[in-house]
Amino acid sequence: MGLVARHLEANGVPTVVFGCARDIVEHCGVPRFVFSDFPLGSPCGRPFDPAMQRAIVGLGLDLLAGAAGPGTTVVTPYEWAADTSWKDRILTRAQPFLEGEAKARWLERKAAGRAGQAERKAR
Amino acid sequence: MTHVRYIDRTREYYLGEGYTTPYRWAHFDEIPFTPLPKPLSACRIGLVTTAEVAVRGEASPDHLARTVYALPTATPVEQLYSGKDAYDRHATTLDDVDAYLPITRLGELVAAGRIGGLAARFQVVFSNYSQRTTMTVDAPAVLAQCREDGVDAVLLCAV
Repeated sequence: MGLVARHLEANGVPTVVFGCARDIVEHCGVPRFVFSDFPLGSPCGRPFDPAMQRAIVGLGLDLLAGAAGPGTTVVTPYEWAADTSWKDRILTRAQPFLEGEAKARWLERKAAGRAGQAERKAR
Repeated sequence: MTHVRYIDRTREYYLGEGYTTPYRWAHFDEIPFTPLPKPLSACRIGLVTTAEVAVRGEASPDHLARTVYALPTATPVEQLYSGKDAYDRHATTLDDVDAYLPITRLGELVAAGRIGGLAARFQVVFSNYSQRTTMTVDAPAVLAQCREDGVDAVLLCAV
């Protein structure tokens, strides 16, 4: 997503990225970033919490209008839960990231990607 | 407590799965920047998500082709859903579209006059392993659609 934001911005379209993977987005380098320290999947606020979503989208709009330069991160002032153990469990072998059909689709994509790559090399 | 270091975590995780070549996450020293050209209240706002959003009862996105597509922002939000696999399903849910594609929230902001309007379409970009595909195919496709729709600024929601 950071790569798309960069392309838009380089072509004259201002952007703001909402995300939960701070290290990945900042490693890429995007013009404006609203970071919520939430699980992957809820970049614009807690599900079914319209007040929080409204506030987070509002912070993004403030940043869109007010950022003085590139690479600005705004951290939203919310905690996902008092229990932060979800952060310890994500992407651990004890809690597989993809399982069952989801993992099968991922493996299918990897195989298709490799086949496409081999085909391009052969041409 | 500090935020999750996903770059480190994915490296360790996939090493444990037997993948010995770590993914090289995109990195740039220079960051482009375009100031907002006019007040938000006069801006038409575009919306992009990686949530693989689809319309109930219609064909689901092609998870192998993984090409950019667009859907009308006027689609009733209760008809939209996400078919994405890659999110933290143990800690959150994709059952509320507005948590990753805030169409309802933006509609409220249009009604309140905070933003000028919403683009007629929103874009779905797949998280692609190939950064080259994202940069040379997907990102130009999003830009072209934003230009066709007269978009002034874009919110991108990364799942």
